[in-house]
Amino acid sequence: MKNITQNFEYFAPKTVEDALSLLSRYGDKGRILAGGQDLLLLMRQDLIAPEYVIDIKGISDLDYINFDDKEDLRIGALTTHRTLEKSPLVKNRFSILSEMEQNLGSVELRNWGTVGGSLCIGRPCGDPAPLLIVLNGRIKIASLRGERIMSIESFNLAPFEVDLRPDELLVEIQVPNSPPRNGVSYKKFSQLEEDCAFTAAAVSITLNHEKNICDDIKIALSMAPTAMRAKKSEEVLKGKEINANLLAEAGQVASEEAGTLTEQASKGYRKKLVKILSKEVSDQYRRELMKVLVERAGEEALERAKRA
Amino acid sequence: MKKLLELTVNGEHYEVLVEPKTLLIDVLRDQLGLKGAKRGCDSGSCGACTVLLNGKPVHSCSILALQANGGEILTIEGLADGPNLHPIQEAFLDHWALQCGFCTPGQIIAAKALLDENPNPTEEEVKTAMNGHICRCTGYNMITEAILDAAKRLQEARR
Repeated sequence: MKNITQNFEYFAPKTVEDALSLLSRYGDKGRILAGGQDLLLLMRQDLIAPEYVIDIKGISDLDYINFDDKEDLRIGALTTHRTLEKSPLVKNRFSILSEMEQNLGSVELRNWGTVGGSLCIGRPCGDPAPLLIVLNGRIKIASLRGERIMSIESFNLAPFEVDLRPDELLVEIQVPNSPPRNGVSYKKFSQLEEDCAFTAAAVSITLNHEKNICDDIKIALSMAPTAMRAKKSEEVLKGKEINANLLAEAGQVASEEAGTLTEQASKGYRKKLVKILSKEVSDQYRRELMKVLVERAGEEALERAKRA
Repeated sequence: MKKLLELTVNGEHYEVLVEPKTLLIDVLRDQLGLKGAKRGCDSGSCGACTVLLNGKPVHSCSILALQANGGEILTIEGLADGPNLHPIQEAFLDHWALQCGFCTPGQIIAAKALLDENPNPTEEEVKTAMNGHICRCTGYNMITEAILDAAKRLQEARR
């Protein structure tokens, strides 16, 4: 691959305040660089050519994992995938997150890549988004104008496009405690077993406190065409006593309600990227995978909910 | 406009001027003349460019040089002690864990990071830690065996 051709001005703020001032000044012609393992690839292919690059990787205040029983899990946006994977606290209380991280790319990629960066690049096939959606994850976004909190579910707008304005910075990821009798599973398919997900399904099932009836369910898919909820598929299982037949039906419905990759393709470089992706994987194949992944994730989530 | 980059590489302090768009691997290879880390896939998938940055293995092809500013880097050139190879290098030789050698600097650096963190890994742990490293010649059994053997050698050396 070639090197980056266009020069840019480089800033490396060390505090959130400095980063936000830079973003309010240069955000519309610039890009935020966290780990940059995705962003630099886009720049090297001339798909984007920012005039300003604001490298936030050195803001140590955004590298933290906090938790107490009353509060949610709070993950600083610049926490690396590896830190999240290795955190004893996350392993104990949010084991599904550690499990997902263990299989996210290589050790090298996880050492440098950040959770916030992965969410902001908005890869439709990206790993953390579907799981964080079914965990009811939220994100805190800051700008000089103030802060806002939104669900991760509504953050993903289209392939490679997220709801972040030019002057804004994602600063924190929040994951609430799970309710009793809840089980979560994440299944993905990738070319290499531990590669980034190609397509994936996350399922969270909460059972009734007495009977094995499904009180609450969330299903999220990746590449459908972005990370999104599969609400029709959820309806198949909600309020029922889940069995193998219903799971198979939920998988079928999920594969049908997924959109085609190209339909939401936005403009510019995103359109080009979606074109490349849709050449790599046929629509039919992707849907077939989703069917199986939803079924298997549902099966595992149900088992885990019963044991919880 | 070029910016000043300060790095400690294999124990030596360097100050170089770089364009912000310069990748870390290009500073190492072209400006410092350290040709061990390779451009393989050049997109963070093959592991041939792996170096340790502040003790952790990273892809030097996927990082801007300036992002490593102030950091400590270890490349394959910094591993041997003069003419004496590092025990991981010895183990790679003894187990025939390389043929063309293109991927080897990345493999050995990643193995070093694994054994620093986990001095006595299981076979499964070795495979997991090395799964970002692609070798097109040897297959992977000999590499895994070499790393398991290197772990033993390092533990014996510590006794």
